[in-house]
This record gives sequence, structure tokens and C-alpha cells, in this order.
Amino acid sequence: MTIDKKYELRLYIAGKTAKSVAALHNLKKYCEEHLKGQYKIEVIDLLVQPQLAEGDQIFAIPTLVRKVPEPIRKIIGDLSNEEKVLVGLNIRPA
Amino acid sequence: MSKTQKKENKKNHHAVLPKTPTGITGLDEITSGGLPLGRPTLVCGDAGCGKTLLSLEFIVRGATEFNEPGVFMAFEEKAAELAANVTSLGFDLEKLQAEKKIKIDHVHIDRTEIEETGEYDLDGLFIRLNYAIDSIGAKRVVLDTLENLFSGLSNQALLRAELRRLFHWLKEKGVTAIITGERGDGKLTRQGLEEYVSDCVILLDHRVINQISTRRLRIVKYRGSVHGTNEYPFLIDEDGISVLPVTSLKLEKPVSSDRVSSGIPSLDKMLDGRGFFKGSSILVSGTAGTGKTSIAAYFASETCRSGKRCIYFAFEESPNQIIRNMQSIGVDLRQYVDKGVLKFFASRPTLHGLEMHLVSMYKLIKQFKPATVILDPITNLITVGSVSEVKSMLIRLIDFLQEEQITVMFTALTLNTIVSEQTDEGVSSLVDAWLLVRDIEYNGERNRGMYIMKSRGMKHSNQVREFVITDKGLDLVEVYLGPDGVLTGSAREAQLLQEQTGEVLRDYAVSRKDREVIRKRKVLEAKISSLQTEFESVEEELNKTYQEEELIKQVAEKTRHEMTHLRREGKG
Repeated sequence: MTIDKKYELRLYIAGKTAKSVAALHNLKKYCEEHLKGQYKIEVIDLLVQPQLAEGDQIFAIPTLVRKVPEPIRKIIGDLSNEEKVLVGLNIRPA
Repeated sequence: MSKTQKKENKKNHHAVLPKTPTGITGLDEITSGGLPLGRPTLVCGDAGCGKTLLSLEFIVRGATEFNEPGVFMAFEEKAAELAANVTSLGFDLEKLQAEKKIKIDHVHIDRTEIEETGEYDLDGLFIRLNYAIDSIGAKRVVLDTLENLFSGLSNQALLRAELRRLFHWLKEKGVTAIITGERGDGKLTRQGLEEYVSDCVILLDHRVINQISTRRLRIVKYRGSVHGTNEYPFLIDEDGISVLPVTSLKLEKPVSSDRVSSGIPSLDKMLDGRGFFKGSSILVSGTAGTGKTSIAAYFASETCRSGKRCIYFAFEESPNQIIRNMQSIGVDLRQYVDKGVLKFFASRPTLHGLEMHLVSMYKLIKQFKPATVILDPITNLITVGSVSEVKSMLIRLIDFLQEEQITVMFTALTLNTIVSEQTDEGVSSLVDAWLLVRDIEYNGERNRGMYIMKSRGMKHSNQVREFVITDKGLDLVEVYLGPDGVLTGSAREAQLLQEQTGEVLRDYAVSRKDREVIRKRKVLEAKISSLQTEFESVEEELNKTYQEEELIKQVAEKTRHEMTHLRREGKG
């Protein structure tokens, strides 16, 4: 189902806080710029689904999890530093 | 545990800080009721000192004994690892989790997986914890070890702010929490967690002195509550953690005037005829090979014979060795071991530190509930502690035993070194009765002499008795008190023999004198009879003369008469 997507990203947030909104905004921007057509973003609000926090070992908010490709990578924070996010997601070599 | 709860309820009436019993043996006693209810407690200490175990036991006991579900948030170990680590303690974490009594959440933080960009907070952790608490209705929470966050995340300032918020949040949530932290240089915890947790701080310590390790626990602070301030040794064994509140401050022990026999009738006779007081402490000291263990074995055997229980702590010989050796003097301890009234616990003193010995003894005594405890010998404990440490340990042991009304007998080896003599002295002031067994070397042989140095509260013999060990058992024989002083052993026997010889000689002499007298009497009697005969013959002689004269006189008279008659006839 999602195998055709090269990047599967999951963003964990807790309500519509400024940090969460900023993170989602930044993520969408970078993806559109660098990964157009080959990504899928899933946003999980832990206030709604708290039981999902354990599975991905979430403790900080917001956290971006790269599920695919392996290995799993996590980026925490509002993703304001584009360079770090791109390196962290292995889109751009460090 | 109901006792603790009762105690707690009572405290509540006095409007003292409400507490949550931990269920950990001894900890509730030194905190007088447990941890502060609904507040976080910091447990800190070095690696491997038992922080995780203590906090996990808090959760498990809460779930199993107090019906308080708990959440264990592990930052270090995975749930499966934790479960495996504590199965040996009889904690079945899997089952408890399945029953929704506890929840273990492993928070995995790996710096290599994580990139930080921009602003973030720890809401994820809060949500997770909140979810875990709500899902099982938890009353207890453990965060073990929270400081791992600091190694996983780089924004220290943010972390600190978030931790402060976390502790606030925990208090608001009303859960009783334990937060564990690694000990840092000069501080209680590496990250200064004690700044945030100000209600109760417990410090665990694992010290190695003379190659022997002892775990200790100290309550650094406990706001709004009285608590023991000492370092208390604790033990981790198959039942979890036991803390031993070792010093009872009061000397308000119950006393009994009941007596217990020592098992040696002649010894009882020296002790006012009735033996030791029940619940008293007895020291048997003496040089090597004087029969201290034999006295102890007799006492043990007597206790068991009267249907009571006895624990024998052996620090020198193995149980089988003691049983075999005692058989040779006619004490059969095996039967009591088989009946389950006598228990041997043999351990080398070097097995643990002194405090550990004390804790393990305490536990065994609590479990077995004996009437008599024997420690043979306490002198060996010196190898693992200094004189003063041994003394303080024994004080605490005696205190505990007296409280439980258990009679205790120590044996101590006296050597001619200063150290041991000090122990002797040190302990002797604590004990109620002190028996001294001494070698008396005299005349090319060694004999045992025993006397009672002291025996509080009873009339006791001041005499030295000879202590004889035979195939049939122990006996105390009165020593020979002669003109040459106290004699024992073969000298005593010789003296007795000599006395017997003297008696025979005297008897002989007496009979000879008697015979002499008889003989003399006979001689005199013979003399008397001969004199009598002589006298008779003299008397007869005298009589004869007298009769002759009489006869002559008569004849002369007759003749004259006849002459006269004749003259008249001639005239006529």
C-alpha cells in the first residue's frame, strides 16, 4: 500500500501548539522541495491517541520519525533548521 | 503489614504527613510508615547499589500487598530484562502486567538515532506517563533512571525546566513516586535532581571495606517527618530487600524471670539451681579446645529436648562436623535437625560484612522464631570488622533478641592477643551471664576449669569447678581444695587416693594400739594373779605358824592338865 513511497514519515504532536504547527509547516515545506512525490506524512496527535507514544519511543514533542527507509531516525524539535532535518532524514549527505 | 498500616493511620490522626507503606522489610520502620504519600522521593546511589531493585520492589509490593497499581518507567533496562532480573526474587512481572496491576514502560533513548532541531518539550513523556497511570489507575510511579535523559538530549536548560514541570505534574497527579538517580561527585545525584525533589531523599551505598561489601541505606532527608538518620545495612536476597533498623534507642525491653536450663545439671546448680534467665545473653569464653562448643551444643540440645526451637549459627565448623563431634560426647543433635526444631546456619565470617551477617541472622530468626540462638564463635567475626564494629553489631543483635525474648549464647575464643581480650571485655559488659572456661596447666597435664564470672540477677556459685568431658557427656566436678591449693585432673585423683591411703594407715595404726593395750592388760592381769598366789602362799605360811603355835599351846595345856590330874591321883 505504501511500498511505492520511498519515504514514510510520522510526526508526533500534542495538540495544536506553536511548536507542533511550526514543525508540521516546516516538514511539509522541506518534503515538497526535496522529496516531491516520494513521501508520505502521517501526523499523530498524542492527546488523541496517547497509546501510540510507547510504540515509537516518543518522549519529546514534536518528534519526527522516519519509518522508511530503515534504519529508523528521529528528529525532535520544531524542525526549524533545514540543514539538520535534511541530514537527519538522510536526504542530503552530511 | 497491617501493623504498619495501623501505625500509619494512627499517625494520620496526629496530622502528620500521610505516608505510603513500601512493603519493603524494615524501610517502613525507619521512615515510620513509608514514603510521603502523593509526593516524589529521590533514591540515589552509585551503580549497582540496588536503586532499581528498591524501586521495583516498591511497585511490586504495592501491587501485591496494598492493592495499589504502579507504573515503572524504565530509562535503562527493557521490560523483559527487568522481568528476567527479578524472577529470582519471586516477582512475576509478566503476570502482574497481564493482570493490569503494574505497567512497565521502557523509554529508549539513543543519541545516535536522535537529531535535535529547534524547540521541543517533553510532552511526549508526560503523555506516555499519564496514559500509563490512567490505564491501570496507578497510585505509584517509578522513574528509573531519569538522568538518562541528560545523556540522550543535549539541551540541558530545557531538560531542567521540563524536569521541574514533571515533578510538579507528578505531585498534582497525586501519585507516590520514586525517582532514581546516579550519584555524582560531591553531590547526591549527577544532575542535581535533589534540587527538584525536596520531600524525601534516600541514599543507597555499596561499600567495600577489607574486600567485604556492605550495602547501606540512609535517609538523607524526609521533610515533615521523623526518621532514622543512621546508615542502615540492607540485604538483597531471594525475598527482595530487607533493611535492618539496627539500633533500638530505648532500653525498654521486656524481661522475664523464667528460667531455662543449660542442659548441664551441675551447671544449673551453680546458677542458683535453675539455669539462665529466659531471654538473657550468655557468653562462654575460653581458650582453644576448652569445650565451648560442647557447652553450646548441650544448651541447643536441651532447648530442643524441651520442645522449643533453636538456631545454631556456626562460623567455624560445618553442621555435619558439629553433629559428628557432639555425638562423641553423647549429644545427638541429628534427631533434632531431622525433627526440624534445630537449624544450623554455617557460614564463613568472610562471606559478608558484619552488617550483612546481622541482617541475615535477623531475617532467619524472624522466620524461624527460635527460643534459643547460638553464635559459635563470635571471635571469628573480628576477621571482618574491627573490635568496635563487632561490639556494635552484637549490641544490636542482643537488643533485638531481648526484644523477642530469645536466649542467646555466644562463644568466644580467648587468645593471648590484646585484640581478642578487648572483644572479650567489650562483649562481656553487654551479656547477662559470663561463663569462663580455662585451661589449668599443672603437673604435666591440662585440665579445664570453669567458673561463672557474672550472672546478673541471680545467686551464683563463686567456685571454680573442674569441667570434665567424657563419653557420656559434660560434667562439672568440684575441684579439690587442699593445703596445696586447687587441684584438678590427675592431681585431684592422686590427692584423693592419698587421702584414702592415709585412712587405711590410720586404721591400721589404731588397731595395733588396741592390740597393745589388750596385751598389756593381759600381762598385768597375769602379774596380778601371780601376786595373788604369792600372797596366798605367804598367808598360808603365816596361818601354818599360827596354827602350830595354837596346837602347841593346846598340847601343852593338855599335858599340864594331865600332869596335874596325875599328881592328885598319887596322893590319894
